[in-house]
Amino acid sequence: MPNLGPHAIFILAAYGVTFIAVAALALAIVEDGRKQRRLLAELERKGIRRRSASAPAKPDATRAAKPTRKRRP
Amino acid sequence: MVSLANPTRFLGLVDRVVPLLTALTLILLGVGLYLAFFVAPPDYQQGETVRIMFVHVPAAWLAMFGYMLIATAALGTLIWRHPLADVAAKTAAPIGATFCFIALVTGSLWGKPMWGTYWVWDARLTSVLVLFLLYLGLIALWQAIEEPGRAGRAAAILALVGAINIPIIKFSVNWWNTLHQPASIIRLGGPTIDPSMLWPLLVMAIAFTLLFVLLHLLAMRAEILRRRVRALQLTQVERAALVEA
Repeated sequence: MPNLGPHAIFILAAYGVTFIAVAALALAIVEDGRKQRRLLAELERKGIRRRSASAPAKPDATRAAKPTRKRRP
Repeated sequence: MVSLANPTRFLGLVDRVVPLLTALTLILLGVGLYLAFFVAPPDYQQGETVRIMFVHVPAAWLAMFGYMLIATAALGTLIWRHPLADVAAKTAAPIGATFCFIALVTGSLWGKPMWGTYWVWDARLTSVLVLFLLYLGLIALWQAIEEPGRAGRAAAILALVGAINIPIIKFSVNWWNTLHQPASIIRLGGPTIDPSMLWPLLVMAIAFTLLFVLLHLLAMRAEILRRRVRALQLTQVERAALVEA
């Protein structure tokens, strides 16, 4: 660390405030993400799922819906 | 790009991008701090205090970038009514507000030893304070209205009205006689700052921008999950009401 001169306290305070503000923001965002994942998992455990998550698999349905060409007798 | 407008695909992308972006951000922040403290020389007028610039300037840029992102997303909310646009705007507000706060505080900490005061009601400083208040107003508006769609539309209108402040911030140093110095990097005649200080500043600016993007992606992921939780909770209430009926 270089000698920061007579105004070192201002320089260190500026970097300190920046670090604390960014760290607090990052922690809040990460913790919020964890909380939402936990809540979502709890709801899914109770059997409450999104419609798209509980829909039947599509490939078979599309195959079944495809009309088959019949040969002429 | 269109496929990313689907929240589920967007979540998949975020899961893949976040580890790489985290590593890149930490490396660039480390390099930027090394350049700022050990490579950049002291300024011939400001002395060592110039080192505050390496956090103050990127924070001020990102405060404006964050608001422009919100204003652009507000168009997406109002014109296309896309839910991801509202998610992007809502989650950018606290991040932009934090960088705006950092710009104001570090600017004050630079002002005291250089100008002899922490604060003056100068056009640049005042317009940045107005930007911070706009951020707080937007956050309060999103919190005040419970239904996300209505909250998003109301906030989008306020965001677009407030966007007029961005050119005022940028050109305040040209339009008025301010104590704050005029533009020394983004200007027509090229940067007036010496390369020995410009490079550390640019590295820090890129690192801060990556940090903004990383935090924004994480916050967007959390907000999408919050909306899913809300939708499922409403489904749960509806089912309970049907059973009772």
